[in-house]
Amino acid sequence: MIPELGQFSLVLAAVLSLVLGVFPLWGTFNHNTSWQALARPTALLQFVLVALSFACLAYAFLTNDFSVKYVAEHSNTMLPKAYQFSAVWGGHEGSLLLWMLMLTGWTAAVALFSQSLPLAMVARVLGVLGLVGIGFMLFILLTSNPFDRLFPIPPDGRDLNPLLQDPGLVIHPPMLYMGYVGMSVAFAFAIAALLSGRLDAAWARWSRPWTVIAWAFLTFGIGLGSWWAYYELGWGGWWFWDPVENASLMPWLVSTALIHSLMVTEKRGSFKAWTVLLAIAAFSLSLLGTFLVRSGVLTSVHAFATDPTRGVFILIFLAIVIGVSLALFAWRAPEVTLGGSMGVVSRESFMLLNSVLLVVATGAVLLGTLYPLIIDALNMGKLSVGPPYFNLVFAPLMVPLLFILVPGTVAHWREAKLADMWMQLRWVALASLVLAIGLPFVWGSWSAGTALGIFLGMWVALGSLNNAIERLRKPGRIGGSFWGQHLAHFGLAVVVLGITGVKSFEVERDVRMGLGDTVTIAPYTFRLVDMVDVNGPNYKAMQAHVEVAKNDQVFDVLYPEKRRYFSSAMPMTEAAIRSGFWGDLYVSLGDPLPGDKPSWSMRVYHKPFVPWLWTGVLLMVLGGMVAAMDRRYRKRNVAAQLKTAGESLSSAA
Amino acid sequence: MSWSPRQKRFGLIAGGILVLSAAAAFVLNAFQSNLVFFFTPTQILNGEAPIDKTFRIGGMVKAESLKRDGTEVSFVVTDTAKDITVRYTGLLPDLFKEGKGVVAQGKLNGQGEMMAAEVLAKHDENYMPPEAQHALDKAAQARAAQSVKP
Repeated sequence: MIPELGQFSLVLAAVLSLVLGVFPLWGTFNHNTSWQALARPTALLQFVLVALSFACLAYAFLTNDFSVKYVAEHSNTMLPKAYQFSAVWGGHEGSLLLWMLMLTGWTAAVALFSQSLPLAMVARVLGVLGLVGIGFMLFILLTSNPFDRLFPIPPDGRDLNPLLQDPGLVIHPPMLYMGYVGMSVAFAFAIAALLSGRLDAAWARWSRPWTVIAWAFLTFGIGLGSWWAYYELGWGGWWFWDPVENASLMPWLVSTALIHSLMVTEKRGSFKAWTVLLAIAAFSLSLLGTFLVRSGVLTSVHAFATDPTRGVFILIFLAIVIGVSLALFAWRAPEVTLGGSMGVVSRESFMLLNSVLLVVATGAVLLGTLYPLIIDALNMGKLSVGPPYFNLVFAPLMVPLLFILVPGTVAHWREAKLADMWMQLRWVALASLVLAIGLPFVWGSWSAGTALGIFLGMWVALGSLNNAIERLRKPGRIGGSFWGQHLAHFGLAVVVLGITGVKSFEVERDVRMGLGDTVTIAPYTFRLVDMVDVNGPNYKAMQAHVEVAKNDQVFDVLYPEKRRYFSSAMPMTEAAIRSGFWGDLYVSLGDPLPGDKPSWSMRVYHKPFVPWLWTGVLLMVLGGMVAAMDRRYRKRNVAAQLKTAGESLSSAA
Repeated sequence: MSWSPRQKRFGLIAGGILVLSAAAAFVLNAFQSNLVFFFTPTQILNGEAPIDKTFRIGGMVKAESLKRDGTEVSFVVTDTAKDITVRYTGLLPDLFKEGKGVVAQGKLNGQGEMMAAEVLAKHDENYMPPEAQHALDKAAQARAAQSVKP
């Protein structure tokens, strides 16, 4: 009964998407304000219905209702309750429902927090979101219904993939989806602006906080995925250039360009057409990511059932979205006015370079991700593009990007003087250079790559600190967007330092260990002291006790496990990690080895600076949130404010 | 030096195009030299696989072919028609099993064995890497073609 209720409310929500996608938009064409006014209540009701549907599916999971096919395939009576709940998005159908919940959630949020926007604009934005919603609703109802029943009812479910039974994976998909789906809001604002024919500073200002929040969620989701891969896959890597990772990285790169470009559009009225294109690209790449991950063209932990009709559906949807938005763009673009003039050296020109580098990086990732798939689809052979390509291409693009970040934050709008910028930054430059030359010796060994990484990290970190100190010396209230910007840049610097550190100084040993054997990675000594059997709720495990000593002083015991889940024949490696400020000690247990005395293969790693990656990502997320909370976005009287801003702009120009 | 707006715009556009084409040339060059092609054991024994260049092999791990010496392992990859020995140092992925599909990446040594730098881990017990499946299918097709001939 409950699953039918879920199905019913989902169908109702789909009808409401249709209403939302048609009437308010229509209302903006024939100036019917009562149709436009439909947008807000429809958006809210749609969210309530999808939430109800989601709750019904969760209820089916928590009550072990194996008559629902999706529940039977992804849960089990022995599964701990928390994982029974997270199993709701442990498979294809449920994760789409989660996607839909996020989309209607964002739509409802726009409906609630758009009091300062003109009604017609609200109607357009919510209408576009409604149209996107129709696409996904049809996708769920036609190809991936989570409420399908199963007969005969199995006595127990199949269990959740053991890899997904992990706290990191409980929150990774919702966060990533918040980011992906959030891009639909930026997209909706861009399309609404195109429809209205008014691409102006006001549009950029409305769209900015939403885009920044979506970006922050996307950053967090990617960071969580990387963190999960690091500790759960058991071999200490944190980024693999796997197509699934690339699928999330591409929208991230483009949306990073977008939040910067939006700033130029808001402050200077320039880059308007470019900003719109970036918004369209960010959303299209989010859809492409969904296509890659959900269609089964890629095989990974994310690709659940492979059903070609699903892939075709998303591909058609993607084609419609890109085609219609570009057509609309081509129609409206000639009316877009150029903004204020910009100098060869100015904040605008730095922002332009930022956009170009990020878009080229996206293109490079896109090429490496799609080319093997296209060649395979055309039956022209099988090939793969591995990490060497991505590393080779990515680093030279990120180096100039990180370098221009700092002068970009001090350059004036319109026209900047290199001499002034140098005066402001000379101490930062000098300090970064000294640290880059000195620190590698302190941390281990010197190499040019390490020094370059440290220079860039320090350059950005000290540059941000310098800006903050300079600003604090001046009077006046400092807005959230200032703090957010510098916090996020500082976080990026921490990530860069973390990557440099772990790439330069990591030590990996794959060894054979018997009881009592030791392995040393200076200054740490690892000793295998015991091997015991342990029982978990739905698995049995072999657990090693590994003592870690520094200068003959034992300071910790690590417990890596090899688990065997009852529901599946596949073993699972649970690495044991000791994290500290300067890095991680990482031990994971391999297979028992043949021989006279019992011994096992083991991975024993020293991973310096890895916690810096996660810290940096968190700072970036925090920065995004702080920037989005800036008070000026919440001013009720935005229209009046913008008018004065526009006047001062034109008088300045 | 003072530039007219027109010159400025021209300079910006020209600079942009220059940077963009340099970046594109660089990306494509890196791309070209880092493609990793895939071969079946039959193709490798036919001499189709490159010497001194990394490539991928796919197929099944032959039953009872896994030998361990400490962390050095060797096993035989078969497409049911031909066999290739693969050597690898390190821990095998959780899902590595005799009789199951496998994909390895590396180079050939002088003895016609593959020195693998990477044995690929996938996440599902019932999952067959597409490359491995492809190798088995090709060998099966070749056999079918042969049995028709006489």
